[in-house]
Amino acid sequence: MSAQDWNDQRIEVIIGALLRTGVLLAATVVLLGAIVYLVRHGGEIPNYAVFHREPDNLTSTTAILHGALGMSGRAIIQLGLLLLIATPVARVLFSAIAFALERDYLYVLITLIVLGILLYSLFESSG
Amino acid sequence: MNVLEFSALIGLGSLLAGFLGALTGLGGGVVVVPMLALLFHVDIRYAIGASLVSVIATSSGAAAAYVREGYSNIRIGMFLETATTAGALAGVGIALYVSSNAIAIVFGAVLLCSAYLSSRHWVDGAHVPSSKLAERLRLNGAYPGPNGKESYNVTGVPAGYGLMFVAGALSGLLGIGSGAVKVLAMDRAMKIPFKVSTTTSNFMIGVTAAASAGLYLHRGYIAPGLAMPVMLGVLAGSLLGARVLVRARVKVLRYLFAAVIVVLGFEMIYKGIAGRI
Repeated sequence: MSAQDWNDQRIEVIIGALLRTGVLLAATVVLLGAIVYLVRHGGEIPNYAVFHREPDNLTSTTAILHGALGMSGRAIIQLGLLLLIATPVARVLFSAIAFALERDYLYVLITLIVLGILLYSLFESSG
Repeated sequence: MNVLEFSALIGLGSLLAGFLGALTGLGGGVVVVPMLALLFHVDIRYAIGASLVSVIATSSGAAAAYVREGYSNIRIGMFLETATTAGALAGVGIALYVSSNAIAIVFGAVLLCSAYLSSRHWVDGAHVPSSKLAERLRLNGAYPGPNGKESYNVTGVPAGYGLMFVAGALSGLLGIGSGAVKVLAMDRAMKIPFKVSTTTSNFMIGVTAAASAGLYLHRGYIAPGLAMPVMLGVLAGSLLGARVLVRARVKVLRYLFAAVIVVLGFEMIYKGIAGRI
């Protein structure tokens, strides 16, 4: 029991570091995108009162990567947000590996269910 | 108002929301959507997308600090996340088909419930016998108490699981963390000690929000120009709030923040019924 506790504790510390790094990385990318976006579009008039879906080049993962490489501020912000969404997914993936190392197969299965739902959400692209 | 001024104002408002949310433990997410919808006249669907993103940022940012203390229980968290993430997908499914006004009314009701739940004083119940299901799922655990390790048992697993599905659905539908419902499920239904409930709940919030945020992003609900100041503002505010938390006297602030939430709740319901969201 105490060996399991100790392992759990160590795993959680690693997970904590992973989460912090992911969030800081995502925030840095969003900030970079913000600078490009504000320099180019800071003088325009924003309009969010009427909802119309964001264009395809800001909703599909490949298009966002493409736009970010082309230094589009909005695409870089979306890339940062994708990194942010991916951070908890990485955490769940890491937990699955950790449970497997502990040979706790019931929890490997439970974790893979959560991972499956997250990956479906992250890569599903119909809309 | 141009984009620069708009971003600065929203960034400041989000900073304040994140700061007060962390300081009072009520979470910043619940006030971000009403702030954007009522104050800045942003369509509620854009507001929900931006708020979800900020919820992931604060949950993941704070989790790093919590895990070191050793209160959170990753088995309880992971098991219940199967319910919250499935609920989140259901919540997004509902959000795609109901009107903005209906969303606003549900949002208002949830705000009033959160304010009520936060005003109650939680006391850890007596030691409960473990249920068979909790034992098979290895949910029972221990946490560092004043006199060394204190072990606890878990019960009421089906009821807690059901409540977690609801918490996930509300998170996906409204773009909030649903921390209050998660703590309710763990603390009241499953009799998990309060400190373990709150830290484990915080851990789960990011995963739950990630389940719906991906769907929203691919469906064009997340506008980068709006999500950017909200995410950066709430994140900075919550990190700042966590720093001063140790020194501040938060009781008065808690009541004040709860009062603000009540006012916003009534206004959301009113605007929703009047069809002006």
